[in-house]
Amino acid sequence: MAITRRARTVLALSITTALLAAGCSGGESDAPPESELFKNPVTLTWWHNASQDGPGKEYWAKVAKDFNALHPTVTIEIEGIETNQLQRTRLPAALLSNDPPDIFQAWGGGEIREQVEADYLKDITEQAKGEVANIGSSAEIWAVNGKQYGLPYRMGIEGIWYNKDMFERAGIAAPPTTFDELNEAVTKLKAINVVPIAVGAGDKWPAAHWWYNFALRACSVDTLKKASTDLDFEDPCFVKAGEDLKSFIDTKPFQNNFIATPGQNDPTSANGMLANGKAAMELMGDWNKGTLDTVAEDTEALNKFIGWFPVPAISGSAGDPKAALGGGDGFACAKNAPAECVEFLKYIVSPEVQKGYAETGTGLPVAKGAESGVQDPALRSILEATTGATYVQLWLDTAFGSTVGNAMNDAIVAIFAGNGTPQQVVDAMKSAARK
Amino acid sequence: MTSTNQTLNPAGGVPASPAGLRPAGRTSNRAAETRRKWYEIIGLTTPAIVVYVMFVLVPMGFAFYYSLFRWRGVGPPTEYIGFDNYVMAFQDPIFLDALRNNAIIVFGSLAIQGPIALGVALLLNRNFRGRTVFRLLAFVPYVLAEVTVGIMWKLILTDGGTFDALLRSIGLGGLVQPWLADLDLVIWTLLFVLTWKYVGFAIILLLAGLSNVPQELNEAAAIDGASWWQIQRHVTLPLLGPTIRIWMFLSMIGSLQVFDVIWVTSVPAVRSLGASATMATYMVDNGFFARLWGYGNAVAVILFAISFVAALLFQRFLLRRDIEGAITRRANRP
Repeated sequence: MAITRRARTVLALSITTALLAAGCSGGESDAPPESELFKNPVTLTWWHNASQDGPGKEYWAKVAKDFNALHPTVTIEIEGIETNQLQRTRLPAALLSNDPPDIFQAWGGGEIREQVEADYLKDITEQAKGEVANIGSSAEIWAVNGKQYGLPYRMGIEGIWYNKDMFERAGIAAPPTTFDELNEAVTKLKAINVVPIAVGAGDKWPAAHWWYNFALRACSVDTLKKASTDLDFEDPCFVKAGEDLKSFIDTKPFQNNFIATPGQNDPTSANGMLANGKAAMELMGDWNKGTLDTVAEDTEALNKFIGWFPVPAISGSAGDPKAALGGGDGFACAKNAPAECVEFLKYIVSPEVQKGYAETGTGLPVAKGAESGVQDPALRSILEATTGATYVQLWLDTAFGSTVGNAMNDAIVAIFAGNGTPQQVVDAMKSAARK
Repeated sequence: MTSTNQTLNPAGGVPASPAGLRPAGRTSNRAAETRRKWYEIIGLTTPAIVVYVMFVLVPMGFAFYYSLFRWRGVGPPTEYIGFDNYVMAFQDPIFLDALRNNAIIVFGSLAIQGPIALGVALLLNRNFRGRTVFRLLAFVPYVLAEVTVGIMWKLILTDGGTFDALLRSIGLGGLVQPWLADLDLVIWTLLFVLTWKYVGFAIILLLAGLSNVPQELNEAAAIDGASWWQIQRHVTLPLLGPTIRIWMFLSMIGSLQVFDVIWVTSVPAVRSLGASATMATYMVDNGFFARLWGYGNAVAVILFAISFVAALLFQRFLLRRDIEGAITRRANRP
């Protein structure tokens, strides 16, 4: 008797274990038929990178709610995930599984090319023709081989954010338009004892962006395009970029020990230095207005002194002086997402929704008809410069993909640290392209 | 660690023999007892074994499998490259820097934390007013979350931060250094932070060990005329041996795998230059950020292999006496 009872217990235990194991391997796919739009109830999962409480996150929640009110068959489940976590771990892992989110953050460039090659994304060329036309050339960053796989909702070029009061005190009449004038401004700012330029080299990319800009000035547009598609870095202009950067660093325009300064998000960061009047300039993208606000001790003062000007030109260089570096954020739909996903994507980039996005002040809209939503004067000057740019080169690390991008940024940081050479940057990029 | 527990469990679960003393039906009873024993073993260990296999062994197998591919984490791995990823790791100067930094942390932790912890533990083991408060204080850093400690020290040690201000205010301004920015200095700064964080653990462990030292032995030695120092040196310390060795073991494994404090305190640029990278941070930087998943897995396997060999060697040579009977074959000695 005793034995049977124990045997039964053992049996029960093993069954429980087996059930547990089976439960883990579950995961059914319930893809609704793509017959007619908005006929069957569907749930869209949406992963975006506005993870912190604030206007950005609130706005996306509102957008999802509005869309649901418009199309009651569509329920949207939102998850906001911090950018690095989303881009580096959560999204790649989810895309490898058979249950990815339906609509998710897409950064364009080299990454979207890889995702398309792996057959992860939905071709939206036909469904989103009108939106692509309204957005214009920047939508190309989310296209691969002439087919559209995602749409941007934010796009802007980078430039130099500066403290107008400090410029005035140093006797700098107008924002520099050439690097010679920038060097002059640096000298004048040093004379009044302020840090001329803050750089968050600790996070690598804020430092690397200086090299990108020297490359943009040294290389022709064709060379840059070829580098993005073929990962071909043979052109000597890439070494020239490093040499120009090196001589610029030698003029000591940056704060001390910049190698450990973070880029943004805390008062000791480069962002914090500019926002709190400890540095006069910072090279940064259009999102900077929002991040400066969060680290500023006195937002009112910040709004009064902050200004923006495009990256100066280098006289006599091969690059197009009106070309600019930029980048943006977009969304893409998973291969097997319901057709409603694309409709929602189109809704996000529609002029009204884009206007509301612009009003949050977290970035510049891409759709024509949303410009009036941009109220901040600094953001308005970026919008004008973006429209006026002859060519917008996507951030080089995004354009070249994570592997080359990461190796390139590391090697550029080595130049900043004083133990790397311009040639080593190009060598690192070439060897990473083979990894 | 796990292997010790695993083998200990079945050994502890053999209370079956007294039943064998029953006079009648010995043979059939013994067979039933054996069967019963195995039911018990299988029934009680299956859940644990299933979890262990699914979440430890299987992922380890996958890690090794993926490490043989050139794989970017997009689509299934297809490009088999044998052991190229391993060769690549040992040819990368930054990985070698990471190995060196791990070695500094392993030996630095043992050499600095050991004596400090021993001294403090001996002091706190004496009777004095407020002893509990001091014990608590010594243990506080260990209780704090790693990320909290990392951010705290990052803010203290930043350029012109609290620490620099402190040095200047006591007239030692000349000693101010870029603690986290100087590429030669940063690993020592981090060793200091790690020591601050983990010395409390060593102290608590040693205090627990000290409470097991019989008071009678100390009294006997005192009656024989031994001084306090002699008692500590010849009575307490030898009896504390097992505790010290276990702490050394835990400290070593922890130092080889250290990640969070380094990740938070030291910025990406300094890590990528090799100055503050450890094997674990190197793995994440390369696996996820450079999106070399196959390569990242290879680094993970190397990290595992080094920790595993270190653990085995340590058990074989230093922990031998303490764990005798548990994992050695002489368990059944009379």
